[in-house]
Amino acid sequence: MTAPFDLSDDSVVVIIGTGAGGGVLANELAQKGVSVVALEAGGRYLPQDYVNDEWESFGQLAWTDARTTSGDWRVAKDFSGLPAWIVKAVGGTTTHWAGASLRFQDHEWKAATTYGNVQGANLLDWPIDPREMDDYYTKAEDKLGVTRTGGRPGLPGNNNYKVFEAGAKALGYKTIHTGNMAITSDDGGDRQMCQQTGFCFQGCKWGAKWSSAYTDIPEGEATGNLEVRERAHVARILHNEAGKVTGVEYFDADGSLQMQKARVVCVAGNSFESPRMLLNSASSMFPDGLANTSGQVGRNYMRHMTGSVYATFEEPVRMWRGTTMAGIIQDEARHDPSRGFVGGYELETLALGLPFMAAFLDPGSWGREFTTALDSYENMAGMWIVGEDMPQETNRVTLNYDVTDQHGLPVANVNFSDHPNDVAMRNHAYQQGVAVYEAVGATRVMPTPPYPSTHNLGTNRMSANARDGVVNAHGQTHDIANLFVSDGSQFTTGAAENPTLTIVALAIRQADFIAGELSRGNI
Amino acid sequence: METTTGPKGLTRRQLLSRATAAGASFMVGAGFIAAPNGAWAIETIHLTPETFATLTQMARDIYPHDKVGDEFYVAAIKGYDSADAAKGIEAGISALNAAAEGKGFDSYLAVGWERDRVDILRGMEDSAFFQQIRGGLVTGLYNQKAVWPIFGYEGSSFEFGGYIDRGFDDINWL
Repeated sequence: MTAPFDLSDDSVVVIIGTGAGGGVLANELAQKGVSVVALEAGGRYLPQDYVNDEWESFGQLAWTDARTTSGDWRVAKDFSGLPAWIVKAVGGTTTHWAGASLRFQDHEWKAATTYGNVQGANLLDWPIDPREMDDYYTKAEDKLGVTRTGGRPGLPGNNNYKVFEAGAKALGYKTIHTGNMAITSDDGGDRQMCQQTGFCFQGCKWGAKWSSAYTDIPEGEATGNLEVRERAHVARILHNEAGKVTGVEYFDADGSLQMQKARVVCVAGNSFESPRMLLNSASSMFPDGLANTSGQVGRNYMRHMTGSVYATFEEPVRMWRGTTMAGIIQDEARHDPSRGFVGGYELETLALGLPFMAAFLDPGSWGREFTTALDSYENMAGMWIVGEDMPQETNRVTLNYDVTDQHGLPVANVNFSDHPNDVAMRNHAYQQGVAVYEAVGATRVMPTPPYPSTHNLGTNRMSANARDGVVNAHGQTHDIANLFVSDGSQFTTGAAENPTLTIVALAIRQADFIAGELSRGNI
Repeated sequence: METTTGPKGLTRRQLLSRATAAGASFMVGAGFIAAPNGAWAIETIHLTPETFATLTQMARDIYPHDKVGDEFYVAAIKGYDSADAAKGIEAGISALNAAAEGKGFDSYLAVGWERDRVDILRGMEDSAFFQQIRGGLVTGLYNQKAVWPIFGYEGSSFEFGGYIDRGFDDINWL
């Protein structure tokens, strides 16, 4: 049987979502001869469609369906309907990500053991040995074409990086470079070389940055084993009396309800939509939602301890030129409790265009204190902070029955409050980021609050024991053998690193497992 | 400037002869407001010219950029001159003028110093009206492509081949 597949074909694996998790899993399974139907809520946009314009691109790509927020995070006040800046399109948020591709540090797979008892944190070790991941990380780096791995050269540093690097060196930092980026740095590969255009967040018009939209998805489709249905918005996952999932109901592009039968279902809709789908699939057999006997579906939402530091100088920087995330300082990524917190953080350059700088520098602020900063926009440098945040049971995605989406389905409410460890780490990072820029003559520094989240993790977490989490070491739900979670929501803990490389490595690993279980007749 | 429209068929001299000063920055006449030097003018349909002039001043006071001309603030708020929005805007500007009078000024536009106008705005910054105007300006002002060069921002670069040969690493002062 080759794609397209019939709705009644119950031999297919249905994957919900086509980003770093779902898109990679779809291709990996298709390459192994497994029939896959991928349901994607968004449309298909390719490099020729992307626009070098922040708000226009946001309108084109961002997930702007209704969501609600609560908790004491500032996003709930400033962007109450927009808890995340993620993408609704074929390729998911791999169209938007900056490309930073870092491996976890070994100790981060064992956060509970390493960090010990942290009050209020729901820490757990991943049920994966770091050595199991080495080969999968290498496969992921080769797939994404990550710089400074596999003999691939680093990218050149732009102006924003040069300011950052000079400050870091003046401070005595040692591990400073232009990053491990899934951005092509030479003319040798399948993708075009980076042209230092900027606008990495808006979709790379050269296709130099890896996105599943124009790599794994078309590769999978070329096998004849993968059918991608665009603008297919999943309503719920169905099951039989034996407690096995049997298919997926979705609204098609015309708004009509369809049902695709399935042998296996893999959920990869990002950390808000994945738990929302499981919760919206509640039935008399599973009244709390699918795969939720642990009560952990939706809980332990993590978004990384983030923040930014911008600084102005006497002379121009023009930080928007070149790659958005152009370099990294890794010295603070270590676990060193003497700093007053567990875990660590990375410092990575970041640039926003003027329109987004106005929206995100200090949301709600006005008057000259604010506008004089923008007057120096041309002389501004910027960095982003990404560190490990603590999983907390009360930071969670729940269904908000008072608000429904365009299909009448309850939306996700995202409740989040910082853990004291997150606050201590952020304050340390602000201090260090400020010091980096002051070391090269900053005239003004601006510790900037977290943006709506792009790293959304942990709401269907992986655990050795069924009572502690939603999925096992292969992303297979503890409760239902033919239901899997394939995105960042399966993260047990967040680590300090940008999550995409790990999501991709886990998807490659999961494809091996699913294909093996299918051939063994276990699912 | 060509970014705004003036009453048809009027020369600058004729236009200004029909107007009276409103504050230091604007001339208002029947159905229009204009720069004192006639550099730009805009007709209003649903809002009174005095209200529109006050709203323009308020917009500048919220996000003051001395190198950005009034025409960009006018462009950011001209959407409020609509049948749907006008009633709320008129009420909001009335409240703003009442607040100015409460501090001993004739009107908001009659307040000479920005510092005093900002003081009035601080007193109403939690109001729905203030937040409507401020929130709208975030995109209305800063997402105007014509305003970007004033800040040095270069906008889209793909059509120029990116910056690989155009200065992505040209910093020379470090």
